[in-house]
Amino acid sequence: MLPYLKAFLVGGAFCALGQVFIDYTKLTPARILVAYVVSGVVLGGLGIYQPIIDFAGAGATVPLTGFGALLAKGTREALVEKGLLGALSGGFTAAAAGIAAAVVFGFLVALVCRSGDKG
Amino acid sequence: MSLTPKDYDRMTKEASPGTKSWRNIPLAFLIGGLICTLGQGLTQWYLSMGMAKDEAAAWTSVTLVGLSALLTGLRVYDNIAKFGGAGTLVPITGFANAVVSPAIEFKSEGLVLGLGAKMFIIAGPVIVYGITAAAVYGLILFVMGGY
Repeated sequence: MLPYLKAFLVGGAFCALGQVFIDYTKLTPARILVAYVVSGVVLGGLGIYQPIIDFAGAGATVPLTGFGALLAKGTREALVEKGLLGALSGGFTAAAAGIAAAVVFGFLVALVCRSGDKG
Repeated sequence: MSLTPKDYDRMTKEASPGTKSWRNIPLAFLIGGLICTLGQGLTQWYLSMGMAKDEAAAWTSVTLVGLSALLTGLRVYDNIAKFGGAGTLVPITGFANAVVSPAIEFKSEGLVLGLGAKMFIIAGPVIVYGITAAAVYGLILFVMGGY
């Protein structure tokens, strides 16, 4: 049960922080998502985010900061493997499954659903 | 979604700073925490199938994105978001919702410049700044060496 509790607490904390931004700043949801991803890249790059993933599992990988940390990790690994070109391609490669899933599922669902449907 | 001035006033009130934070913040914690707990369950399930950690994490993201896309299409996700707030925004399911929601909304403007383009109205900036930050990080590592 402990991994689930850790995921709940840490993931919940990331989201509660986001709610603080919504309630107490003028940040729009889009800006909050951008801020989370960029923070994830920075924290991942500085080596601070991996210990949080090791501790909280999905509690750290599911929030968008985890997406950012994945971009940083992919960049670093591809840089080691392929040099400077890898530094450019590594982020996209690591994030490809998530982005492609959103695009493909999004396209299919939007094709089927009609705006204004109450279902 | 067409907004009447009355709807807009209501939304402004709902989004006003601080008024309902005593309720919003714990709710965001609860809903976001639950989505991450679901993610943890999926991860452990994929790990039990013999996947490597990275692979299990990627499949978890893909599954959550698919679920969120489906629930967005069924208008369920937006109803959860009404009280979940940032709890439904910050997880990757919120990213998927931000892709699917405008895609459905703007389909009436055409499959290419409506659905196809508006899909990235929020996801686009996220990808632009994420990829750019990652490339800058890669360049810094490259220049510093010793990676």
